[in-house]
Amino acid sequence: MATEKPLVLLVDDDEDFLFQQRVQLQDAGFEVITAQGQAQAEKILADQKPDVAVVDVMMENPDAGFVLCHHIRKNTPSMPVILVTSVNSETGIDFDMATEENREWIKADVLLSKPIRFEQLLGEIDRLLAVKK
Amino acid sequence: MEKLRVLVTDDEMGMRLGVRRSLQDFTVFVPDVNETVGFVIDHAESGEESLEKIRQQPPDILLLDHKMPGISGLEVLEKLAGMKTDMLTVMITAYASIETAVAATKQGAYDFLPKPFTPEELKSTIRKTATRLILARQARKLAEEKQQVRFEFIRVLGHELKSPLNAVGGYLELMKKRQRGDDLASYDEMLDRSLDRIDGMHKLIRDLLDLTQIESGRKNRSLAEVNVAAIARTAVETVRAAADSRKIAVRIHAADPVSMQADAREIEMLLNNVLSNAVKYNRDGGSVDLTIERRDGQVVVETVDTGIGMSAEETGRVFDEFVRIRNERTQHISGSGLGLSLVKKISQLYHGSVKVESQPDVGSTFTVSLQADKASAA
Repeated sequence: MATEKPLVLLVDDDEDFLFQQRVQLQDAGFEVITAQGQAQAEKILADQKPDVAVVDVMMENPDAGFVLCHHIRKNTPSMPVILVTSVNSETGIDFDMATEENREWIKADVLLSKPIRFEQLLGEIDRLLAVKK
Repeated sequence: MEKLRVLVTDDEMGMRLGVRRSLQDFTVFVPDVNETVGFVIDHAESGEESLEKIRQQPPDILLLDHKMPGISGLEVLEKLAGMKTDMLTVMITAYASIETAVAATKQGAYDFLPKPFTPEELKSTIRKTATRLILARQARKLAEEKQQVRFEFIRVLGHELKSPLNAVGGYLELMKKRQRGDDLASYDEMLDRSLDRIDGMHKLIRDLLDLTQIESGRKNRSLAEVNVAAIARTAVETVRAAADSRKIAVRIHAADPVSMQADAREIEMLLNNVLSNAVKYNRDGGSVDLTIERRDGQVVVETVDTGIGMSAEETGRVFDEFVRIRNERTQHISGSGLGLSLVKKISQLYHGSVKVESQPDVGSTFTVSLQADKASAA
């Protein structure tokens, strides 16, 4: 089979974040599709199956990202999800996926805190795609 | 009913019992806070015992005898110096000597009660002391709340300034890395986006300065007879370019002149904000009707737009600071989130009000009423 470009779904309400990550992912050899919120992402997911999703937490609702993760996990358990959030820096609420309890309810494979470096995001995407194969 | 704790410190049992009898059913009404307080009485038989009780839990009011075996009342006060409490002390002195009074005041006593005193004299002193205590607490609470509001404002402001800076920083990084190769034109979109973010920041800072001026720079207000219709015509011209580019008709309905006592700059800020909102949140090909009229001693400014409108929940919070209605239709509209809170603050300066009626997909009507001759000089 010809090597197809992996498809990344980027979901964030910050247009600039979407633009900047999209440009870099495309140059790194990915197909990218973007959504500005949970609702838009759900529409996309209704007829496309990205290889990996990168999801912000606080969008149209403060927990929109968490809800989206749950839906992805339920409908497409094989799709890896990376949560990207500024919850820590913005609210001072310190949370991560180090505890069993948090891993239990946060339905994501990786949680990254904003600001993120692109190389870090790329590293996680590569790793998750390798595991998937 | 709130109960204030009174600690009576006296070596004479008759005194301790007398005070308890006088105060146990006594209440004080503090009109400024509309609150009635009662008293719980505790006692200590010596300075030493009193100190121990105070260190465990300071009372609200300390009734303190000066002459006692063991350490004196003054010594108790000395030992309490530096303790963090808002307890008020009333010294009981057998002979109201000037020296004791001066020394006790230096140590922080609030009032004196010369022995012997009648129950009425005691109650009168306690009433004064309790009122003072309650009012001081109330003032402190208000100051703390005000500070909390300021902290919250600064926190949100920090966030609002940080996000465009992050965005511009991100674009510069991409350009520095030559992400799109050496063709300069391929960076145009990044440059445009960066400039947009910088514009947004400029607007935010301008609104912030306006808001600060409205809130604090009231010394600089110059109140005079102004013609609101004339200021409105200028304001319409400032939004004309933005309106024309989207084929939005802006019409003004006003007698000329519509006069009021005002600071022209404030009226200009107000009109600029309501008009630019009516254009920004409109649909292409829509219209804005601005009506200005004098009605019962008020100048009423009304904008009717044919825009995207708002839900009832959204109209409820649109005048708060940094509130921007976020949905698919507003995501490409930029704003500082301060414009309407500015409009509200200005209307308050003129003992007026601002209200909004809106329907999604139909449009919004903003109505600002200002008292024509009663601009606050405060």
